[in-house]
Amino acid sequence: MSTSTNSAGPNASGLRQNQVCYTTLEYEEPWSYETYLKIGGYKAWQKILDEKLSPEDVVQIVKDSGLRGRGGAGFPTGLKWSFMPKTDPKTPGAQSYFVVNSDESEPGTCKDRDLLRFNPHALVEGMLIGSYAIRASVSYNYMRGEFMDEVYARFSQAVKDAYANGWAGKDIRGSGHDIEVIPTLGAGAYICGEETALLESLEGKKGQPRFKPPFPAGYGLYGKPTTINNTESVSSVPAIIRNGPEWFKSMGVETAGGQKCFSVSGHVASPANFEIDLGTPFSSLLELAGGMKDGIPLKAVIPGGSSVPVVPGDIMMQVNMDYDSISKVAGSMLGSGAVIVMNETTDMVQALRRISRFYYSESCGQCTPCREGTGWLYRMLSRIVEGKGVPEDIAKLEDVAGKIAGRTICALGDAAAMPVQSFVKHYRHEFEYYIEHKRSLVADKLGQAA
Amino acid sequence: MSSVPRDVTLPDPAEVLNAHSIEEIEEWMTRYPEDQKQSAVLAALSIAQHQNQGWLSTELMDAVAAKLEMAPIAVYEVASFYSMFETEPVGRHNIAICTNISCMLMGSDSIVEHCEKKFGIKLGESTPDGRIYLKVEEECLAACAGGPMMQVNHAYHTNLTPERVDEILDALD
Ligand SMILES: Cc1cc2nc3c(=O)[nH]c(=O)nc-3n(C[C@H](O)[C@H](O)[C@H](O)COP(=O)(O)O)c2cc1C
Ligand code: SF4
Ligand code: FES
Repeated sequence: MSTSTNSAGPNASGLRQNQVCYTTLEYEEPWSYETYLKIGGYKAWQKILDEKLSPEDVVQIVKDSGLRGRGGAGFPTGLKWSFMPKTDPKTPGAQSYFVVNSDESEPGTCKDRDLLRFNPHALVEGMLIGSYAIRASVSYNYMRGEFMDEVYARFSQAVKDAYANGWAGKDIRGSGHDIEVIPTLGAGAYICGEETALLESLEGKKGQPRFKPPFPAGYGLYGKPTTINNTESVSSVPAIIRNGPEWFKSMGVETAGGQKCFSVSGHVASPANFEIDLGTPFSSLLELAGGMKDGIPLKAVIPGGSSVPVVPGDIMMQVNMDYDSISKVAGSMLGSGAVIVMNETTDMVQALRRISRFYYSESCGQCTPCREGTGWLYRMLSRIVEGKGVPEDIAKLEDVAGKIAGRTICALGDAAAMPVQSFVKHYRHEFEYYIEHKRSLVADKLGQAA
Repeated sequence: MSSVPRDVTLPDPAEVLNAHSIEEIEEWMTRYPEDQKQSAVLAALSIAQHQNQGWLSTELMDAVAAKLEMAPIAVYEVASFYSMFETEPVGRHNIAICTNISCMLMGSDSIVEHCEKKFGIKLGESTPDGRIYLKVEEECLAACAGGPMMQVNHAYHTNLTPERVDEILDALD
């Protein structure tokens, strides 16, 4: 049992919400099979089976919908699926896998956990459809180990219901298709969210990312063709099939369809997950989250999880929540959709120090620039916060970050570098003040104001 | 660990793991292809750790190695890589307070301070009576909108205040 209460946010605004993934939230037991049927659950899978849509037909619908991956990189989902071999799964020796990434560990991100708790059947149905589309007869959902209690139980129950009602297993509803849906758990490691590290972990090894190429579509789980998608990406698919690609596309922007789940945390009045149209102004999302807590003005926002560049508040107020706007207007990324809001009382040097500690402790240690560099960054930032910084430190921070970025096996290296580069760029004076005065500029200002 | 001799004899799993653990591990093994028993190692270690009040002894890890037909070193490597495994004795109630960025902005420092004072120990330590383990500084647990938050024996508790923390922790045996 969990006493957790964070769920999707209030519906009081004029914005349309919860159309794709959080569709069951308004019901009594949002996670139950009965509830899922009420919102049209398993109709998409049934349609594919009844109308005998081919895997290519399904891939085309997903392509037409404009769905882009919700795990961080934003890669078009239908296109990813089209890279898989077209071998009939019944061919002797042929085996492909569909793997769902429910590792959700990017700081600030809590949308997949709520999806798994409140609408697990959307994921199960999405796994069935995705497996069919890429011709996989086995689908694993890899959940982070910390989900072993409530979240894992909810998802596992949904899988059981799907089998009991004939949607999964052998010869599904007499169609001749076999698809197994299998829950699995990690054991605590951010890096296992990186897709090839996740595969290593599923194979029972340390979660260390693989060199690419070969890509998972050619050489994935147990060396077999594999597609890996984020929980939210996969859970979006049933609604797309049910309501049509145009419906989904029309909720987004030109370059990306649909609604997206945003986890809003930090200094807002009502932090929560919100599923809203891509392209919604940040200012509206902030309003949805109750505005700034205690009316203290906005200072900065990290718009896509701790790995993406920080954006000053005034710039953020001009941004729309979609991939292009965040990158073109704010020079940052939509990432996982974790919107971390900071008010004027935030000490940016301390905030960066905490973020850097994370990458230091989560580096898997395979690449020297990442293993050594993340430690350097964290130690330098700690020194500055402790009042022992020297003027050269700022240039050194930028230098070390620059030497990690782009020189590593996986993107954790870039993820460690980008916060440093952006915090120093936008808040250099706070770093300088720490070094010169051996204390926090923000704390001093607050002290004067008091 | 690299000094473990190759010809080390592993214990009989049935003598180290209890019947319930073995049954659970065997169920997990059915989730993977027959020639991929190693895939069940994370689950097996977690089950073994649960049987042993929250930590993994070498004997338990060796029993898992035997059960899954793995080299012991491969099991030790996994046990040391993942943060949910403890390879030293710790208090039987595992308390993990997230201190990552969202929770930090929402006040996790005061929750950590409160717990350290309450139990007279620092993060990463256990109380001398073996009741409480305050896990080393915890990373994001994917409940950021409910920060500050903690996990107590895998159950999530969100929107914490010091009073709420007292209520939850005082109810533990
Ligand atoms: C260090 C690191 C951590 C990641 N963590 C996650 C994660 O927790 N969840 C996730 O879905 N993707 C994560 N990703 C992205 C995955 O590698 C992969 O791109 C994604 O799961 C693909 O799914 P999508 O195409 O549906 O977005 C991470 C990537 C890196 C480099
Ligand atoms: S970049 Fe860091 S986390 Fe990624 S493979 Fe290299 S050392 Fe490991
Ligand atoms: S930052 Fe604390 S749960 Fe995510």
